[in-house]
Amino acid sequence: MRHLMSPLDFSTEELDRLFDLANDIEANMDKYAHTCAGKKLATCFYEPSTRTRLSFEAAMLNLGGSVIGFSDAGSSSASKGESVSDTIRVISCFADICAMRHPKEGAPMVAAGRSSIPVINAGDGGHQHPTQTLTDLLTIRSLKGRLDHFTIGLCGDLKFGRTVHSLINALVRYEGVKFIFISPRELMVPDYITDMLKERNIPYEEVIRLESIMPELDLLYMTRVQKERFFNEEDYVRLKDFYILDKAKMELARPDMLVLHPLPRVNEISVEVDDDPRASYFKQVQYGVYVRMALILTLLNIKTD
Amino acid sequence: MLNVGKIEEGFVLDHIKAGKSLSIYHHLQLDKLDCTVAIIKNARSNKMGKKDILKVECDIDMLDLDVLAFIDHNITVNVIKDGEIVSKKDLMLPGEIKNVIRCKNPRCITSIEQELPHVFVLADEEKEIYRCKYCEEKYTGSF
Repeated sequence: MRHLMSPLDFSTEELDRLFDLANDIEANMDKYAHTCAGKKLATCFYEPSTRTRLSFEAAMLNLGGSVIGFSDAGSSSASKGESVSDTIRVISCFADICAMRHPKEGAPMVAAGRSSIPVINAGDGGHQHPTQTLTDLLTIRSLKGRLDHFTIGLCGDLKFGRTVHSLINALVRYEGVKFIFISPRELMVPDYITDMLKERNIPYEEVIRLESIMPELDLLYMTRVQKERFFNEEDYVRLKDFYILDKAKMELARPDMLVLHPLPRVNEISVEVDDDPRASYFKQVQYGVYVRMALILTLLNIKTD
Repeated sequence: MLNVGKIEEGFVLDHIKAGKSLSIYHHLQLDKLDCTVAIIKNARSNKMGKKDILKVECDIDMLDLDVLAFIDHNITVNVIKDGEIVSKKDLMLPGEIKNVIRCKNPRCITSIEQELPHVFVLADEEKEIYRCKYCEEKYTGSF
């Protein structure tokens, strides 16, 4: 039995198979409509995350399965002091597979150690959110046709953004990927990431302004720059516009550059960019459902051919 | 110079950094063993100036000394049988350390889950970096 705790749990070959399946699901939804009939997904969300939970639930319903679960710790036995280990042993009696979101880092791993059903980490604090990374990879592979030999710009809060760290760790396994990190000095990528890139001879640049490198990018991954991350108001006011993607900045980009964002967006991508064919962040949400469908089928070991 | 008698069977842990013997005593859980232990503090050393020594009289299979490599791999472990040194044990950094150090990350599941062992995994042997098995936080404490 397999679980998914980190995006690196799957080899690149296994990811290729998962993404092939996701693309087949995209092309032939009807074929998969009853593949999980009689199976139940438990969504155990100890903290609210409507988007991720609904994506998992939509994925299971698309496969003809059913969904049970809770959407915050207050409505679960955790409020009575039950441990994660006990909860998952109980849930194992009710469902066939579990997606768990927990504010404490490593909670899904503890659950996986005690579970008799596959456990998917649906986000554990600031640690891992593997299905977001799988979503990002599937989106890139589907829209670009490859996961190697491109230049990706990552823009915004690169210091605290776990989706960014996770995506970098996943992409370094592919050849010819160059990283350009665009962020204010306060929010640059942590040293352990740049050290890892240096050690592996993977090219990267760190820049302060987005405009200067727009023409170089095959992909731009935007994240939010939150006001509270800045040391003072003055710096925030001075820098915030550097990290807002608008039509003018898009004009500097290549005609086939893709814009991705894990969402929710606040103001870092101007609404006027949404109609640009290169804006791919809503397609990314759709790929999130396909990849979760493929993941559920894979972990339940359901053969579809 | 203080003299402590020979032991028949057990270990002599030599070249312990001065002042660290008591912490090693606790980490090897020697307080839980019913055996003779001599703790020698601040012994004169040509190599170190001052050092601590621990002599433990016990069956040589009774102690798991791997954790010593994590605490200080410069410690010399002499294995004693029939009153003589029969070998010197090489210390290897353990792949995993259980319930020796605690994860200090307040966001880690170990901070709330009952009876969950604190497990650290050797992430980088060269740099001697251990990370919490659950949250991957780097251990930054020292002995």
